[in-house]
Amino acid sequence: MEKEKHTHIVPYKTYILVLIALLFMTFISIAVTSIDLGAFNVSMALVLASIKSILVLLYFMHLKFDKKFFGIMVASVFLLFACVIVITFLDYLYR
Amino acid sequence: MSNLFEYVDEHRDDEGAKIGMWIFIFTELLLFGGLFIAYSVYRYLNPLAFHLAALELDTTIGAINTVILLISSMTIAMSISAIQYKNKKLTLILLAITLFLALVFMVNKYFEWSGKIGHGIFPGSEMLHNTSRGEVLFFGLYYAMTGLHALHIIVGIVFIAYVYRMIVKNKIKHDDFVLLENAGLYWHLVDLIWIFLFPLFYLIT
Repeated sequence: MEKEKHTHIVPYKTYILVLIALLFMTFISIAVTSIDLGAFNVSMALVLASIKSILVLLYFMHLKFDKKFFGIMVASVFLLFACVIVITFLDYLYR
Repeated sequence: MSNLFEYVDEHRDDEGAKIGMWIFIFTELLLFGGLFIAYSVYRYLNPLAFHLAALELDTTIGAINTVILLISSMTIAMSISAIQYKNKKLTLILLAITLFLALVFMVNKYFEWSGKIGHGIFPGSEMLHNTSRGEVLFFGLYYAMTGLHALHIIVGIVFIAYVYRMIVKNKIKHDDFVLLENAGLYWHLVDLIWIFLFPLFYLIT
């Protein structure tokens, strides 16, 4: 049991590719938001930030290579957070 | 006898240590999450003031800090691979780069904040008193959230410096490096928060 855990070594190349993807999305989001597209700007910036954070969670934080329950725990916390956002905005939109 | 000692030495729970770190990270996510919700609600209530206030922020300095944090996140992630390949020298170099980039981030933050304060934009300033309530809220949240994030950078620097020392002293090795992994997780959390802070404060106007 103890020995199995750390057998997976992520090659350096994977990290470099993830970094390139992250930098690429950063520049895309800067380029998109510099053009005024109204509400589309906000959603585009947030969607790109979410994709970036998923890459960081999966590769840099090893969720892809760790045991599954780490991923399940993280997903539940994000689900909880999403519920809090929805409830807060239901209050503000319909009060 | 020596077997017994070895057993005692080996008795550790890497997975437990990692779960503990993750649970701590969840509390951090919810701490910042609450601030993000406060930001969204106030933005929804004061759209025009937030738009005007966000124009004051320098996208370039924000973008530079984003690139710095992303690269530093990669170097600390790579150091975990390096230590597993038993390459102590490369591990230390990668951690040194991470520490250096973290310091550069703080220097940028210093210039950014001192520039803002020099222009009279800081909580409780005369200038903000003469603007709308929305702008006061925007800059209050800006200082609180980037300030709390900067505090996490400082904690991260201390944590990584400690891990660096442990590697130098061979306390963290190729078969016992959960502390390095946890330092990495903490640093990625700091990166993760910045990934959302950057578009919300600097990009969306």
